[in-house]
Amino acid sequence: MSAFGSALNYLAGQLRQIGLFIALIAIIIFFQVATDGITLKPINVSNLIVQNSYILILAVGMVMVIIAGHIDLSVGSVVAFVGAMSGVMITQWNIPWWVAIILCLILGALVGMWQGFWIAYFGIPAFIVTLAGMLTFRGLTQITLQNQQISPFPTEFRALGSGFLPDLGGGTSFLEPLTVALGVLATLLLVAQAVRSRVARKKYNVEDEPLSWFLIKLVFTAALILLITYLLASYRGTPIVLIVLGVLTVAYSAVMARSVFGRHVYALGGNLNAAALSGVKTKRVTFQLFVNMGVISALAGLVFTAQLNLANPKAGDGFELDAIAAVFIGGAAVTGGIGTVTGAIIGGLIIGILNNGMSILGVGTEYQQLIKGLVLLAAVAFDVYNKRRSGGR
Amino acid sequence: MTTNILEMRNITKTFPGVKALQDVSLAVQRGHIHAICGENGAGKSTLMKVLSGVYPAGTYDGEIVLEDKTVEFKSINDSEASGVVIIHQELALSPYLSIAENIFLGNEQQKNGWIDWNKTNLEASKLLARVGLKDNPITKVMDIGVGKQQLVEIAKALSKEVKLLILDEPTAALNDEDSAHLLDLILHLKGQGITSIIISHKLNEIKAIADEVTIIRDGKTIETLDMHSDQITEERIIKGMVGRDLESRYPDHTPHIGEEILRVENWTVHHPLDHERKVVSNASISVKAGEIVGIAGLMGAGRTELAMSVFGHSYGYNISGKVYKNGTEIKTNTVSAAIDNGLAYATEDRKHYGLNLIEDIKRNVTLAALGKISRAGWVDSNREVVVAEGFRKSMNIKAPSVEALTGKLSGGNQQKVVLSKWMFSDPDVLILDEPTRGIDVGAKYEIYGIINRLADEGKGVIVISSELPELLGICDRIYTLSEGRITADVPRNQATAEYLMQHMTQEREKDHA
Repeated sequence: MSAFGSALNYLAGQLRQIGLFIALIAIIIFFQVATDGITLKPINVSNLIVQNSYILILAVGMVMVIIAGHIDLSVGSVVAFVGAMSGVMITQWNIPWWVAIILCLILGALVGMWQGFWIAYFGIPAFIVTLAGMLTFRGLTQITLQNQQISPFPTEFRALGSGFLPDLGGGTSFLEPLTVALGVLATLLLVAQAVRSRVARKKYNVEDEPLSWFLIKLVFTAALILLITYLLASYRGTPIVLIVLGVLTVAYSAVMARSVFGRHVYALGGNLNAAALSGVKTKRVTFQLFVNMGVISALAGLVFTAQLNLANPKAGDGFELDAIAAVFIGGAAVTGGIGTVTGAIIGGLIIGILNNGMSILGVGTEYQQLIKGLVLLAAVAFDVYNKRRSGGR
Repeated sequence: MTTNILEMRNITKTFPGVKALQDVSLAVQRGHIHAICGENGAGKSTLMKVLSGVYPAGTYDGEIVLEDKTVEFKSINDSEASGVVIIHQELALSPYLSIAENIFLGNEQQKNGWIDWNKTNLEASKLLARVGLKDNPITKVMDIGVGKQQLVEIAKALSKEVKLLILDEPTAALNDEDSAHLLDLILHLKGQGITSIIISHKLNEIKAIADEVTIIRDGKTIETLDMHSDQITEERIIKGMVGRDLESRYPDHTPHIGEEILRVENWTVHHPLDHERKVVSNASISVKAGEIVGIAGLMGAGRTELAMSVFGHSYGYNISGKVYKNGTEIKTNTVSAAIDNGLAYATEDRKHYGLNLIEDIKRNVTLAALGKISRAGWVDSNREVVVAEGFRKSMNIKAPSVEALTGKLSGGNQQKVVLSKWMFSDPDVLILDEPTRGIDVGAKYEIYGIINRLADEGKGVIVISSELPELLGICDRIYTLSEGRITADVPRNQATAEYLMQHMTQEREKDHA
C-alpha cells in the first residue's frame, strides 16, 4: 500500500475519536449560543463537573466491563446500597467518616466478588447476574434504610461530593492560585508525556502520526485544559471530585492502554476462545473486572451521597443506563473488544452537557429523554455505518 | 440454442481501491461440472457472488447470460428464482431446527400461512432420498455431522428446482469418506441434468469429477482447460494458478533429530457432554528435538481433541495420562501452565480460536507472551512494535503495517500471524493443527518452510493434517489415529498414503466384522 494510502488509513482509524471530539465541541458551542453564554459561565462549568461526576466515575468502570464483552446493570442499585450503608455507618454506628469510606469501598469489592463469582466461575451471563443484582441490591438498600432517608452527613464527608480544594487566594484573588497551578502543571505533564512518547516511538522507528496532526492535537488539548482551569479558577477553584475523576481517568486509561491486564481485557472481548488458548486466565480476569466495577460503583455511591448530603432508598435509579449510554456514545462496541476510557468520559460529558443545556433552556424532562435516546442511537448508528463502509467486501 | 447454460462476459467488479475482478469471462456448458480454481484472493468467491446476486446488478460491469437470456439479478431471491443456487463455504443451516425445517426455510410448505407439517416432512424425505441421506427429516441439524449437513444444503438447493448449482469449497470441512460421497452425489446430479460449478482447492477432486476447469488469477481469467484431455495434470493446474511451475510442493529438508523432548503417555479423554464416551483412548505419542511428527486421522478420530486436551486441558472431561518433557513429568492442566512448560498449540480454526480479528497484528502476535515485553505488568508498546515488525518481515506477512487488523488479512497471512504468536512464545514443542487449511498453494509452501525452520532450531513439531500428501511431504514420522486410538507409528521411508489410510480406518473395520 502507498504512503498516501496508509496516511489515509491512519486518519480513517482516528475518525471515530475525532468525530466524538468534534461532536462534543459542536454541542458546547450550540448550547453556548442558545443559552446566551450561560453554558460556559464559570459557575455552570463547575456545576457540570460536580453534577456529572458519579456518572463519569461509573462510566470508567463500565467501559472496561463492556470491552470484555459483559455488561453491568446493577451499578445504580449498588450506588444506592453503598450510600445507604455509609449513612448507617456514619450516623447510626458513629464510625469516623474516613473509616466508613474505606469500609464502603471494601463493601463494593464484596459486591463485585459476589457477582463476579456467578459470572466468571459459574458461567451465568453477566446480563442475568447483574439484573438479579439490580433487584437484590435495591432490596437490600430499602431494608437497610427501612424506607427512611438518612441525613445529614459530616462536612468532611460531604467535601468528597461537593467540596473544593482550599482557596489559596483567600477568596479575594481574581483567579484562584492553586487551581491555576494545578491546571498549568497538568498541561505541562501532558505536553511532556506526549513529546516523550513521540520521541520514544521515533527511536524505535515506529510508523507514527504526521507531525502537523500531532501538534494540532496537542495544542488543542492543552488549550482546552487551560480554558477549564481558567473557568474553574474564576469561580470557587478545583472541585475535589474533579481530582478523583482525573486520577481515575489517567490511571485506568494507562491500565487499559498499556498494562498486561488491560490487554487481556481487550483480548477477552475480541475473541474469548482465542484469549483462553493464548494462556489468558479468562475467568480470573472477568472476576477481577467485576470486583473493580464493584469498588468503582461504591466510590460513585459515596460521591453521590456526599453531594446530596442524603442516603435515599431511590438513589442511583437509572444510573446504569446513563453509564452504559456514555460508554456506547464513547465508541465502545456492543460485541466487546473495542472502546476507550477517554471515549467513555467524553460520552458521559456529552450526555451531561445535553442535560445541563436543555435544563437551562427549559426543555421538559420528557423531551430531554427523547433527545438523549436519539443521540445514543445516532452515535451507535454512526459506528455501524462506519464499520460497514470500511469493512467493504 | 447454444450448449452453454451460462455465460458471464467481461465481468469487472471494483471495491474501493481494489479491482477484484477484471474482465472475467466464464462459459459453462449445460450438464457439465465446471471447476473454478485459483489462489485465495484470486476472485473466485467474488465472481460467484456476482453470479448469485449477492452483489446486485449495477454494482459490477459486464453481462450475465443464463439460458440465452441476459439476466440482472438484484438479490439472491432473483437468482434462485432462475434456478441458480449457491452453497457457501460456511454452511447456512440453523442448528436448532430440524432437517426438514432447514430445507424449507424461507420456502415453507404452507397453507394460508400455517405450516403443513406432513407435507414438509414428506417432501423433505423425498429430497433426502435424492441426496442419499437416510436420516429422519425431523432430526435436528445440530445432531448430524458436517458431512450430512452438506447434503442437507444440497437437498435444500434441490427443493428450489436448481438448474445451476454453485458449490464453494464443499469438501473443505469433510473427511475423505464424506468427500467421496459428496463428489459421487454431484456426479449423480449431473446425470439428472443439473449443471454444477465447484470451487475447490483440492485438485485431486477436480481431476476426478470436473469436465472443465477455469483458472482465475489476480482477478483475471487465465485459461479454461478441458479435463478430459490427458495432458491435464494437477501440476498443470497449479502452474496456471500460481503462474509458474512449482518444482516441488514441499521444500527439501534434511532433518537433524536429537533427544526425545516430549512424551505423552496413556492419554485418555472423555467427551465433555457424554461422559461415558472416550474421545481419546490410551494414546501415547512422543516427539524428538528437530523432529516433525504427523498425526493422521479421519475427521472425528480425535486429533484436535488429543492436542487440545494436552494443551491446558482445553477440551474434554476426566482427562488422565502423563506428560513428560525431557524425561521429567510436567503438568499441563491450564493453558498458562502448558505455555510455561514450553508447549504451543496453533488451532485449526483461526477465526474462532486463533485470532482476535478486530485487533491488529502486533497485539495478536504478542498475546501469548506479553510477559516478554512487559515489566511489572506494564507493556512496552514500542518494543511490541519492533517484535511484531520483525515477524512481519521474517514470516513475509503481507500487510501495510503491523497495525493492520488481522480480520482484513487473507487466510495465509492470518495463519502466519498465528504462527508468529506461537513462535514469539518461544516454545520447545509446537502442535500445529491443520496449519495449511484454507490457504493457497504459494502460502502453503511458505508455511512448510517455516515448519522446517522451526525443526532446525531444535524444536519438536507435531503436525495434524487431513491431507495425507502434506503429511507424507513434510513429516519425519507419522502416527495414525483411529477412534481415539493410536493405531500405527510409521517412519517416513515406510509411509505411503495407502498404508496410512489402512491404519486410519483400522478400528472401524474391526467393528464391522
